[in-house]
Amino acid sequence: MTGGMTGAMTGLPALLNAVQVVGLLSCFALLGTSRIGACIRWLSFQGVVFGLVPLILHDDGLGAREALLAAANVALKGVVFPMLLLRIRARADFSREVDPFVGYIASILFGVVALGLSVWLALAMKPALARASFALLETSIFLILVGLFLIVGRKKALMQVVGYLVLENGIFLFGLITVEGTPLLVELGVLLDAFVGVFVMGIAIFHINREFGSMDVDRLTALRG
Amino acid sequence: MAAAASLLPPLCALLLAPLLVGVINRTKAIIAGRRGPPLLQPYRDVHKALRRGAVYGDVTSWVFAAGPVINLACVVSVLFVMPLGGITAPVAFTGDLVVLVGLLALGRFATVLAALDTGSSFEGMGASREVHFAVLAEPALLLALAALARTGGAMSLSAIYAALTPALWLALLPNLALVAMTLLVLELVENSRIPIDDPTTHLELTMIHEVMVLDHSGPDFAFIQYGAAVKLWLIGSLLVGLVVPVRGAWWLCLPAMLAGMAALGLVIGMIESAMARYRLIKVPQFIVGAATLSAVALIGALA
Repeated sequence: MTGGMTGAMTGLPALLNAVQVVGLLSCFALLGTSRIGACIRWLSFQGVVFGLVPLILHDDGLGAREALLAAANVALKGVVFPMLLLRIRARADFSREVDPFVGYIASILFGVVALGLSVWLALAMKPALARASFALLETSIFLILVGLFLIVGRKKALMQVVGYLVLENGIFLFGLITVEGTPLLVELGVLLDAFVGVFVMGIAIFHINREFGSMDVDRLTALRG
Repeated sequence: MAAAASLLPPLCALLLAPLLVGVINRTKAIIAGRRGPPLLQPYRDVHKALRRGAVYGDVTSWVFAAGPVINLACVVSVLFVMPLGGITAPVAFTGDLVVLVGLLALGRFATVLAALDTGSSFEGMGASREVHFAVLAEPALLLALAALARTGGAMSLSAIYAALTPALWLALLPNLALVAMTLLVLELVENSRIPIDDPTTHLELTMIHEVMVLDHSGPDFAFIQYGAAVKLWLIGSLLVGLVVPVRGAWWLCLPAMLAGMAALGLVIGMIESAMARYRLIKVPQFIVGAATLSAVALIGALA
């Protein structure tokens, strides 16, 4: 019954554990926050934390590759995307509330269920991914689930971009710990795709907002012929 | 000597619990720029109420009279399984953490029944709010204790708290910090402190605990006040025992724990001075958030 005390949790695992807890909490903050601006700031925080993971994970052979990857991630997800989203929010003249389909308490409860689910999934995957850090595996699945939930559970188009980026964080983390030796070019290509994605979504939101005077995706049903 | 030392936790709680209330009140007064009541004022209040006669309404039954007695009995019984940091409790057995939660729930049940027995809609409202928040706070407490049990590798409060050494703190800092945050919130929720309820208000519509006990008088009210102080100490010692990981002989633990409890009084006083009461709709969100912290800690400890 001394499962929690497994091994001497020194150095690296303790650091990963801290990343996991901080990451999980930022997800719960995203699920429970009612203000779009606060959500975007949490997303930026999450981007910085997970952007730095490449540096922690390969502490034996820390090279230019890891440094470049971390720098690109932190710069894009921690600074550029949030700034872009905050600009859109400032431009568009709508209420600052998230406007959930699913209430905040229900969202947080969903988070707890999703956390249990991701632990279960991670346990099932563990035999196949022996080298991957269990804490981060679980976190990455959780991020993916929360990202999907935010996309379906929130009315404002801006929040769906936030959900997409959380999902992207999860996929990035999952790739980082499971796939070894991904060429740097591919990693940067993925980042570029995400950048273009956010850019296009920003333009789309701008147009939706101008057309409908609101960002509620509900309004898009008016487009039916 | 070990057996004698194990009597210290309940003894300290019984003797010093009202003092903790005094420390909180004094802190709040000083921050507000007043001199405040003397530290021993809660003892005097209890003593004053004890000397008076009890008045019972014509419409109340024995349930009303039994409420405060059962509540106090429950809270005092819990003291005997509750260790004070590294000092083990007089009674310790596998699963006594569930006894702690269960007895606190029973005490609350008795208080709520007594409030409903008065037939006053005002007290019924307080009772309704009390159980509304309890529904959320009790799972949170169980989750926090489960996370502690898992990290401590034991199922008895005394064994769990004996296992919470500085070494364990270093190893599992994030998890234990999360549980500590939950316990701090629970200390405020369970004892109706400020972001949840205002213990100093007496006739406002937003109160919870004070509403339920409006009709009690004399010794009954003394029991309620004393029981509330003991409960404050009890849940506070869950938190302080976790946050102050001084373990070893009792003469080493005792001063550390008492200093910790005094510090807790200061912290609660500061929180109450700095924060306003939440809107009633916000409170469930606050408690669920706190429970989530423990859930994260528990799942982190499981993995």
